[in-house]
Amino acid sequence: MLLGLWIARNLNQVRGVMVVGSSCLLALSVWLVFAFLDMRATMPAEEFPMLFAESIPWFKPLNIAYSVGVDGISVVMLLLSSIIVFTGTFASWQLKPMTKEYFLWFTLLSTGVYGFFICTDMFTMFMFYEVALIPMYLLIGVWGSGNKEYAAMKLTLMLMGGSALLIIGILGIYYFSGATTMNVQEIAAMHNIPVDVQKIFFPFIFIGFGVLGALFPFHTWSPDGHASAPTAVSMLHAGVLMKLGGYGCFRVAMYLLPDAAQELAWVFLILTTISVVYGALSACVQTDLKYINAYSSVSHCGLVLFALLMMTKTACTGAILQMLSHGLMTALFFALIGMIYGRTHTRDIRKLGGLMKIMPFLSVGYVIAGLANLGLPGFSGFIAEMTIFVGSFENADMFHRVATIIACTSIVVTAVYILRTVGRILFGNVADPHYLELTDATWDERFSVCCLIFCVAGLGSFPLWASNVITDGVAPILSVINF
Amino acid sequence: MDYSFVFLILLLPLFSFIVLGLAGMKMPHKTAGLIGTTSLGIVTALSYYTAFCYFTAERGADGAFATLVPYNFTWLPLGQLNFDLGIMLDPISVMMLIVISTVSLMVHIYSFGYMHGEKGFQRYYAYLSLFTMSMLGLVVATNIFQMYLFWELVGVSSYLLIGFYYPLQPAVSASKKAFIVTRFADMFFLIGILIFGYYTGSFSFSFAGDVVMADGTAPFIPVDVMKAVAAGGFILPTALVLMFIGGAGKSAMFPLHIWLPDAMEGPTPVSALIHAATMVVAGVFQIARLFPLWVEYAPGQMSIVVWVGVFTAFYAAAVACAQSDIKRVLAFSTISQIAFMMVALGVCMPGHHGEVLDNHAQLGFMASMFHLFTHAMFKACLFLGAGCIIHAVHSNEMSTMGGLRKYMPVTHITFLISCLAIAGIPFFSGFSSKDEIITACFAYSPVVGWIMTGVAAMTAFYMFRLYYGIFWGTENKELHAHHTPHEAPLNMTLPLIVLCVITVGVGVYTTIAGFAGWGGSFGSFVTASGAEYNIHFDLQVAATSTIIAIISIALATYIYKGEKQPIADKLYRTFPKLHRAAYKRFYMDEVYMFVTHKIIFRCVSTPIAWFDRHVIDGTFDFLAWGANEAGETIRPWQSGDVRKYAVWFITGTVALTLVLLCI
Repeated sequence: MLLGLWIARNLNQVRGVMVVGSSCLLALSVWLVFAFLDMRATMPAEEFPMLFAESIPWFKPLNIAYSVGVDGISVVMLLLSSIIVFTGTFASWQLKPMTKEYFLWFTLLSTGVYGFFICTDMFTMFMFYEVALIPMYLLIGVWGSGNKEYAAMKLTLMLMGGSALLIIGILGIYYFSGATTMNVQEIAAMHNIPVDVQKIFFPFIFIGFGVLGALFPFHTWSPDGHASAPTAVSMLHAGVLMKLGGYGCFRVAMYLLPDAAQELAWVFLILTTISVVYGALSACVQTDLKYINAYSSVSHCGLVLFALLMMTKTACTGAILQMLSHGLMTALFFALIGMIYGRTHTRDIRKLGGLMKIMPFLSVGYVIAGLANLGLPGFSGFIAEMTIFVGSFENADMFHRVATIIACTSIVVTAVYILRTVGRILFGNVADPHYLELTDATWDERFSVCCLIFCVAGLGSFPLWASNVITDGVAPILSVINF
Repeated sequence: MDYSFVFLILLLPLFSFIVLGLAGMKMPHKTAGLIGTTSLGIVTALSYYTAFCYFTAERGADGAFATLVPYNFTWLPLGQLNFDLGIMLDPISVMMLIVISTVSLMVHIYSFGYMHGEKGFQRYYAYLSLFTMSMLGLVVATNIFQMYLFWELVGVSSYLLIGFYYPLQPAVSASKKAFIVTRFADMFFLIGILIFGYYTGSFSFSFAGDVVMADGTAPFIPVDVMKAVAAGGFILPTALVLMFIGGAGKSAMFPLHIWLPDAMEGPTPVSALIHAATMVVAGVFQIARLFPLWVEYAPGQMSIVVWVGVFTAFYAAAVACAQSDIKRVLAFSTISQIAFMMVALGVCMPGHHGEVLDNHAQLGFMASMFHLFTHAMFKACLFLGAGCIIHAVHSNEMSTMGGLRKYMPVTHITFLISCLAIAGIPFFSGFSSKDEIITACFAYSPVVGWIMTGVAAMTAFYMFRLYYGIFWGTENKELHAHHTPHEAPLNMTLPLIVLCVITVGVGVYTTIAGFAGWGGSFGSFVTASGAEYNIHFDLQVAATSTIIAIISIALATYIYKGEKQPIADKLYRTFPKLHRAAYKRFYMDEVYMFVTHKIIFRCVSTPIAWFDRHVIDGTFDFLAWGANEAGETIRPWQSGDVRKYAVWFITGTVALTLVLLCI
């Protein structure tokens, strides 16, 4: 695809390549899900946690290999990424200056994401993680809006800071396990790092990935970053990139350092509980649509890490479901905000109002996104949250219970900020007579919004398959953690 | 009997919602309305057929109707627990099917006239279908989690319908308020469910493990109550009380009632359907559903239900006496009447382990369900009647009305009949159900009995104040000069007549049956134990409440019937503060505004947002600034000036040598 973009000369060709490329990816991901299920039927998860595993040595002296493989978790994450890249392409259809370069970086970003999800080698994972970060800087810095240089710099620096912690952690794991491989599966199987050492490196890796997963108090890049990023980048960033954090925390930090995870979970549990409530409360008083959503993401991604740290099978399944659901919902949200911004040229909710009359399609989409976000049954948010709450409650002690109950309050606060926004911008009187001349969505925008709504509703109405695929991936990891 | 067709009862409204939601905008109004109404007509027919089959089927050995589960499947596995969806038929759910489908069908027909020519007509019918589907799903739920799911869906349909007139600011605020207040209560419901599910090992409504599917297998894991009791005696009561808070939010019990009066901003037929007859009784239904657990394991906590109910009934009746907006009067009346149902459930005597529930001691359960049924019919009729009036005079304020009886005879007669029913006059349905509730209250405690009798008297008073204010009194000459109010079209009056016929028919039969001691009354179908139980009216209670009701009506007649109302004016002048406080609903809204706006927004959210932007973000910015400054400081050192390097080199060498020498 990159290659295709390179050759593409004019706008139409660029668009064509993007559509073909992202459709291929989507088709491949869907095929992968079926192939995975098919293969899983003959190969139970206990014996073969990773399917389609391949390994090519890459850098012998450090035993780095390009090893790939998928389990239930990565399959759904890949599917999520494909959906978002696909819809993101349509959402940035009308992007004007330097379209080719934009899509080039966009594709590079998605390559990093895909690479991260399919790799089973720690170092290669790290490399793809970096690949995903760098284009971000350019995408925000060049095509962004508002205070873009500041936001781009801040985002990149904070995430780079996170990856500095990561590399320390990864090297720590590698040397102290005495492994002759960087492969996550093999290191986990050895399970021989002393507990004291684990306790040193666990925070490194957890925080390193946690920065990306908007762990309190390392989340402040997210409001600025999201607010300045162009639509599709916001979609991909909030939708997929933030999931890298949760995925990494689970796959590397908790899987490879299980004893430390058990012992130190309480610290991070407190932080994530704060994230959940704090993000939601902050969102209540924001006035910029993207800030509201960014804080909402802090709250929802906080819930992902929160659920992972609960370390029960149900809660972890819920966490992955929440990643999937939040990815789709936020992508939808950012797509819609981008479209509204593109018309009104403001995201300040005090200056908007009565949009329902002017652009009914976008407004209905926004209402649906809002309702999905506050956990309306029938949409994906509901099943994810319920799975998390039920799963968290399985822990019998008081500490986990109280944390769960505190996290439950977020469902009320979420309703407050969502309805506040919806009421302000969509209903009521038209705030500015100029808005009356604005038009509703174009076909490409409609298409991308409809796709996302379809996915959110589909996952929310028929959650069984997703839940089963995810549980299948979660179970082997948890059996190591709760050893 | 094969009940496999019942899935259509849920799927048809869902189907019509999807069709209207996706393609509604392209349809003409009539088509959209017909799609909604037809599908609901079929649903109503199916519900009646289900009820007919169910209640004519043979009873079990203990005299109860069997609980059937035609469908149940796992929707989402949650570890050891399962999130099931299914359909469960037992006397209360079948009764609710009839109530919901009847009122909903009437509202669908009525809306043809009421919403005629409104923008968004199709959207309106789509929401109605969504609501009906969710409400039906709620009552046939096989487990508490399914109930919660549909509970949220009715909440959102209510939100969408209250905010139907979205360009109007009051409607938007009211819808927001309704959703957030009920959502707040739902949070407790959810926590209650979590506790309940964890300790009993199941979410299902199979408390005794005797629920079977058509093929004889158990459809779901039964609730293991003993496990919860073994874990601690306080656990089940805690879970039940938390769920009750959820129910109190939906059923607008004090202090969570504040959303309901505002919800009157929605179209009037919606108020009739959602905010009078069906959704607001969901809380009552929830307690009735969990009733076996309440009486066996939380009898002490039932007094909470009683006293919350008693206070709410009194409070709402007092406020209703002073409102001037006719829909607000009806809204507070609804709150008060739902509180009657709550009280009735609460006053049931505790059962004993292993024994069949004693119907006599648990009269309240039957009375509550009966009142739910009768109230749904007459209150829907009142609201729809109010809709006709608002349609005629284009205002909700009682002051713009008066003397309408000449212009709107059908509305007048049906409104009067419903008022008599709610006031509790014999031969109208409200009498039988209210009388049973008061009898049950007296059996529980004379104090509660007398308070409820008093509230019943207030009910008669404010309803007739309303009635006289609308249909009698001074005509609004100014308004009539513009255009004469006229009777509503047939599609609006027909539902009124149907609901009235039900009210009178049920009233006449049950009153005679009650005095004569016949069977076939409500108690033949729905009782606490399931066995048939027909009460013989307690003449003393019946006579007292009737006399008191008649006295209050007479009082209302005396004060409000005339063209001039000297006594009413005098009362306002004598107690201006009391009147104002009651008119302002005793300032409950102001208290809430204070808590939410001043405390939560100003004192929690704003500081948090500030803290985030300035302290946390500031720290990182500071770090970045520090790094930058450090870089700036170090940069001149790399000046490329060889002499400077030489100086540093020599100084360094000397220093190093000195250090080494010293060691």
